[in-house]
Amino acid sequence: MTIHVRERVSFSAYEKSYLPEVVRGLGITLRHFFANLLGRRATRPLQTVRYPEVRRIYPPRFRGQHRLLPRANGSPRCVACYMCATACPAYCIHIIAAESPDPQIEKYPAAFEIDMLRCILCGLCVEACPEDAIRMDSGIHTPPFEARDDAVVGRMDLLALLGRNGTPAAFGAQDTREGRSGAAPSAF
Amino acid sequence: MFLLITTLVKFVVFALLFILPLAAVLTWMERRQSAYSQDRLGPQRAEIRVFGHPVRLIGLLHVVADGLKSFFKESFAPSAADKVLFALAPLIGFVTTLCIVALIPFGPDLETASLPGARWLLSQETLRAYPVIPLQVARLDAGLLYVFALGSLSIYGAALAGWASNNRFALLGGLRASAQSISYEIALGLTTVGMLIVCGSTELSEIVHAQGRDVLFGLPAWGIVVQPLAAVLFLTAAIAECKRGPFDLPEGEPEIIGYFVEYSSMSFGLFMLTEFMEVAVLGALFTTMFLGGSDLPWVMRSDGWHLGVWQGVPDFLGLSPSLWNGLAGLVVFGVKVFLVSALQLQIRWTLPRFRYDQLMHLGWKILLPLALVNIFVTAGLVYADQSLRLLALVGVAQVAIFAVVVALGPSHKPIPAPAHSH
Repeated sequence: MTIHVRERVSFSAYEKSYLPEVVRGLGITLRHFFANLLGRRATRPLQTVRYPEVRRIYPPRFRGQHRLLPRANGSPRCVACYMCATACPAYCIHIIAAESPDPQIEKYPAAFEIDMLRCILCGLCVEACPEDAIRMDSGIHTPPFEARDDAVVGRMDLLALLGRNGTPAAFGAQDTREGRSGAAPSAF
Repeated sequence: MFLLITTLVKFVVFALLFILPLAAVLTWMERRQSAYSQDRLGPQRAEIRVFGHPVRLIGLLHVVADGLKSFFKESFAPSAADKVLFALAPLIGFVTTLCIVALIPFGPDLETASLPGARWLLSQETLRAYPVIPLQVARLDAGLLYVFALGSLSIYGAALAGWASNNRFALLGGLRASAQSISYEIALGLTTVGMLIVCGSTELSEIVHAQGRDVLFGLPAWGIVVQPLAAVLFLTAAIAECKRGPFDLPEGEPEIIGYFVEYSSMSFGLFMLTEFMEVAVLGALFTTMFLGGSDLPWVMRSDGWHLGVWQGVPDFLGLSPSLWNGLAGLVVFGVKVFLVSALQLQIRWTLPRFRYDQLMHLGWKILLPLALVNIFVTAGLVYADQSLRLLALVGVAQVAIFAVVVALGPSHKPIPAPAHSH
């Protein structure tokens, strides 16, 4: 914590007489007013985005609603290792592990729920995942909900979400790690 | 009987069909205008469906929505409040402001006989007794004095609201309002004295009438021509009197919310409406005092008071010249009031709020002496030249010098940003 001393701005007699400055200030606000009132839609300085009709595209690295990535057969890549739930600072991920029918795979998540009321969208779960099974690249924010229960997003919903490029696998996803092929998770 | 009916009709038309709706529209305008000045859009989404089609009317429906919402909310009074005064306070400001409307001349006089149907409805005696209908609810000789009397009464609304709420912040707001009002009332009264010297009457339609004549190269003797300094001082003092920004300390939101902190529902809405009615009434008063009322120079000269551009066009569309003149006067007056109100809103959204010591400094040490100087200068100039030509010359010179000063003002170097040390 540093203290910063702001130098006092001294005003000239002209500025202290106030009235010319009032006129100048009115000029500034009126210029903006008329530029927005009469200006062409494309060039006026207005900043407002008419939200529900017009939507800004989120930046590429925007951390949006989580999604679970599927394997080629549609089952989640998740192996229920609890790494994400452990990394989560908000304790919002709830996993119930069950034995996988696939002999190559030890466990699968019988339930995988994210409580969006608790989630702080920090992305630590994505970083913690050794299987690249959870990502936040859906490009959407959590849809609004009215009941508390609706805020808990379950496994099937998370699995159904697509990445920003419109495919289940995300940008440059390498499906080399299907099953337990043992390759190290690649960085983006 | 005739007088009673016309007075009632005029009051309903001017106060309830002009000032009140204007105040309601101003609540919306303030939000839209400030938004556009700040590169925002402002409220524009209130919507009704007409035969399944959404109708938005550029956000004007927000006025209706806000009004309806106010009516349907719970009207709550704190248990420790003074119930009678608490209920009375919003009404005091509202009623006094509404009463000022009665004094304002909205247009030139109408010839009674020129009204459609007057010849059938009215007897000869009535027509002879009331040859003209002034477009002014009450033609009172005290005029301006009465306006100031009511204006200072309206502050009781704020002061009593602050007191009756039994809330410290509300009380602070009420105290601020009364102290500010007392300080600026003096300056407000004195700024108009120059105009009274020029016009020779306190009666408002006489003041408008006096402004209609030529003084200098076809310039009308409008207040802003012969008394530009007084016009600026009057507007400043009157905005302070109305508790509007940049003088809105009684309701300074970041510090003390204001004297209406405990009010809810429509009793709060009444305070809100009163504030905007004051804007509209001040606009009307400024128009009357300094912008020549319903007079429009070079187009609709009211040399003889009810002569106009339609003088030579008899019975256009079946209506008489006098009626056309009256209607045109109403429109001109309405436009001027609207523009002055818009200017007040723009001032509010341009200037930051004053500190309390700055407010008192401005009122007592700047406005008051300047108003006194203005009185003596005006009196001297009028004494030297009864035709007001000299006064107008000085006035035009004042405006010209100010314009030159603003135009040639020092170039503005940006204020250096504080060195950020994160």
